[in-house]
This record gives sequence, structure tokens and C-alpha cells, in this order.
Amino acid sequence: MEDFGSPALRRLIDELSDAVLETHADFGDATALVDPQRIEAVLRFLRDEADFDMLTDLTAVDYLGQTPRFEVVYHLYGTETNQRVRIKARVAEEAAEIASAVRLYASANWMEREVFDLYGIRFDGHPDLRRILLYEDFEGYPLRKDYPKERRQPLVGPRN
Amino acid sequence: MTHGGLPTFPDAPAALDDDFERDLHTEHQVLNMGPSHPATHGTVKFLIELDGETIVNLDIQVGYLHRGFEKECESGTWYQAIPYTDRLNYNSAILANTGYCMAVEKLLGIETPEHCQWLRVIACELSRIADHLTRCGAACLELAAMTPFLYGIEARELIWDLLEMLCGARVTSNYIRIGGVKHEMPRDFQPTAKSFIPKIRTLLTDFDKVITSNRIFVDRLKDTGVISKEDCIRYAVTGPILRSAGVGIDVRKTEPYLVYDQLDFDIPIGEVGDNYDRYLVCVEEMHQSLRIVEQCLARLRKLGPGPVNIDDPRVRWPAKGRVFNRMEELIQQFKSVTEGPLVPAGECYLAIESANGELGFYLVSDGSAVPVKVRCRPPSFINLAPMGGMLKGAMLADLIPTFDFINMIGGECDR
Repeated sequence: MEDFGSPALRRLIDELSDAVLETHADFGDATALVDPQRIEAVLRFLRDEADFDMLTDLTAVDYLGQTPRFEVVYHLYGTETNQRVRIKARVAEEAAEIASAVRLYASANWMEREVFDLYGIRFDGHPDLRRILLYEDFEGYPLRKDYPKERRQPLVGPRN
Repeated sequence: MTHGGLPTFPDAPAALDDDFERDLHTEHQVLNMGPSHPATHGTVKFLIELDGETIVNLDIQVGYLHRGFEKECESGTWYQAIPYTDRLNYNSAILANTGYCMAVEKLLGIETPEHCQWLRVIACELSRIADHLTRCGAACLELAAMTPFLYGIEARELIWDLLEMLCGARVTSNYIRIGGVKHEMPRDFQPTAKSFIPKIRTLLTDFDKVITSNRIFVDRLKDTGVISKEDCIRYAVTGPILRSAGVGIDVRKTEPYLVYDQLDFDIPIGEVGDNYDRYLVCVEEMHQSLRIVEQCLARLRKLGPGPVNIDDPRVRWPAKGRVFNRMEELIQQFKSVTEGPLVPAGECYLAIESANGELGFYLVSDGSAVPVKVRCRPPSFINLAPMGGMLKGAMLADLIPTFDFINMIGGECDR
């Protein structure tokens, strides 16, 4: 597998070769597709060994029609090294679940809640997995590609 | 102490004072604050568990302004998403415009003309000043200081006048285009900006004199809402909050985009990471932004007239005169309006420094005219997340300045 000149990808390929499935650096962004079962190990390695101390962004993409259907995307940044790397893991529709990164990065808390809220992907080990932008009675996950944009739901106030 | 005839109880407190010391087993009170509260400039609800006036637990409930930004973007063309980005952070709309357009340009692999880059920096820095003025002004207002708010708003009016000249709109300007900007700056922009900048500086000085060493203001800001350097990094907090904690990270310096590497400006950093440091960092950033605007104006004067849009048929809109008289241009105009550019398949992430911190756009394209994914990394949302922890054990009154200087903007936080 190629590292495209990114030290982070090189180290990942060398030390966790069984977890890395694919790499690319399209448009200059170093990216690794990793085994979803090993996501925690990959993130832990990048945080502890490769100085990626900030999880800047966490989101998901719905590739409807492909299997596995979803992709969870992590953007990491090293404040000391000024390096960025993107880690992706594919998640199947039937068991849309992946290990939570909250134990490693506190910033994952709200971002994982948002992904759960809008895509319905569950994060195993998340301390407080509730909807964040929408309300509890909202049905379905609006950012899934099969959720119609025109669908209307009654607006219900939050429960206390 | 004995009262005539009454029996004394052995376990009765010796003195009345002790009554106040004893645990009265009071229950915690849960207070609902928001979603529409006069002291918060933003639609957000706090569920506050209080022990007297001390915050025991704080649950922040966001989402009241959720409008389905990503869903809307994924159902239109690449061009049609630009006005939506205006409505993310409505205090500094152009910053989100720029971030989105630059991310699309990264996917298209195009570089905008030099002229356009200087214009974009002017628009971005004016927006940053407007955003910081709103943050500092509104914070004063919410801490019951009306006068500095008016100074701030007066300065913001001047900024908005300049933006109106440049873009035609004051708030949601929709100025940046993929591969350029909407139009060249008007001829009288240079002299007006030249006369406005000293006025803005004077207003900033007045603002500073009125409030920066005001006893009440300082007492309410100092040592409240403190967050450490390490916690900022753990929570991915960026922008003035991170810099006030002593980390000099600013995307304009660490990963220079546009022409920021050719500009001379400083990044102010704080020491303690409290609200007062955040205030001082914001004030200094406004002065630095004015410096940047001046440098850009001087550079544009030196450059003379030039193209502000890239000459690439994929994104360039033909001139109106040609559209009315020539077939080819008419067809191209029709295609640009109905379909917009076809963006090569792939994914990219691009971050810029917005007034609140790192504003990133993660775009996924399948090669068609409609985006697969338009993710906005909202600094407001991510910076708000640690607020619950920052205020644990603080007084209820500290919530107001802390929330003000986190500067959560509903449009960007809830998208």
C-alpha cells in the first residue's frame, strides 16, 4: 500500500497493516480506509504514537446502493505537527454500529450524537447517545439518502 | 440557652449561628433557561441543575434552528448551496461563502485569479470584524452595559456599509462564487474604505476606554468560564477560545490559504483561557483585521484592474452582453444556470479560519452536478460542547458571559 508521502499513513501501514484496507491522497488529503472492527485501535495509535491530538471532525456519508452502505469519516489534526489525516470506516446498514471514540477524544461526544441523530449509526460505548439536533419523537434519520426531503413530521416539543 | 420552663434538648444546636451551617437537605432546583432568553443571543436551551446559585449540572440542548442545511445542499446543484452557506453564521456570512467555494475549487482543481483572492480577503476580514463586534457588543449588553454595545454597533454599521458597497447586501451577502467573486469592487470603495477605517479605529478605542477596565465588566469576566489548553485540544475547540488558552493556532497562519502568507499580521494569544482573555483576543483580532484590510487595499491599488473570475468554461458565467447576442454564450449561460458545474468525483476537506474557529467543509462528489455530501464542520457547535464542563461548580451568573464569548451562532450550530 502506498503512503503518498504522508508520514501518518506510512506509520499506519507499517504498524497496523492488518487494519488498513486502502489509502489515497486525492486532492492532497491523506486518507486511510480502515477495518471498522479496529477503529479504536487505529485512533488510539494515531493519538498516542503519531501526535494526532485533535479530532477536528466526525461525520458520515450514505452511499445508498453500495455495501456496506455507510462510511464514518474522522478528520484528525496534530496541533504540534500541523498535520492532517482522514480515517474512514465502512459500516453496514443492518448493523449500523461502530465503536465510539469518546474515550479517546472528548470532541467525539456531540459529533457522534449528531451522526446518530441524522444517520442512525450507533456508537458502541458512547456515554449519552441521544438525538441532538432533532427531537426525541422524530421518526427516521433525515440525512439518509432514502429519507424524502419533502417529508413533514409534526413538531413536538422536547420532553423534560 | 434555656427558656423558662421549657425542656432543653441535648441534641439541639448550641448557638443559632450553627443553623446556617447545617445541611438543610435542600433539593437541587432544575431551571429551564431558553430557548428564547433575553440574555442569550442565540436560540438554545439550558437545563440547569442548581444548588442555590451554583451550577451542579448543565445540559445544553441545541437544534432549535435546524433547517436541514446538508439535506438541502445535497438536493441542489453545487452553485445552489452558496446562499445556504450565507445563513450558517449570519454575523460573518462571507467566511462560510469563502470556505465552501474554496472547497469546491479544490475539487475542481482550479486556482482563482490574484485579484479575486485579495478581494476575498478584504470581504473575509470585514466579516470577521463584524462578527467580533457583535460578540463583544452583545456581551456588554447582556452584562447590562448598554453604551459599549452602541459603539460596537455603530462600528458594525460602517463595516456593513462597506460590505453593502462591495456585495450589494449587508448581512447575507452571497458574494463569493466558485472560481471568483460576484463582481469587481465599485470605484468608490477604495476612498470610502480609506475614510471608514480611521472611524472604526476611533470607535474601537472608545469601546476599549468605556469597558475594558470597567470594574463590573472585569469582575464578571475574569476567571469565569476557564478552559485549559489540554481541554481545548481534547474537545477540538478552535478560534479565539483556543488562542485565549495560550495555543497560537490560526488556520490563516498554520495552513495559509488565499493570500494570507503575503500579509503581515499577528495572532494574539491569551494566558488564562477565561472570558476576559477571550474578550482581549477578540479586540486585538479586530485591530489585526483592519491592518489586513489596509494592506489588501494598498495591494489592489498597486495591481490595478484585473479579472476577478477564473476563465474556465466549467464555472465562468459569460458576460451578459454576449449572452444576449451570441448562441454559444447563451447555451453556456443556460447550462450554468440549470445544471452548474460538473465536479470531478472524489472527496476533499478544506478548512478556513472563521471568526469562531476552524470552519471546514468536507465535500463528496460522484462526478455529477449534485453533491453527494456537503458537511460543514461548525465551530459554534463544537466549541459549545465543553461548556457544560466549563461551568460545573460556577455561579449561574457566569453562564451569561461564558455563553457570550463562546459565541454560539444558532444558524451555524444547528445548521
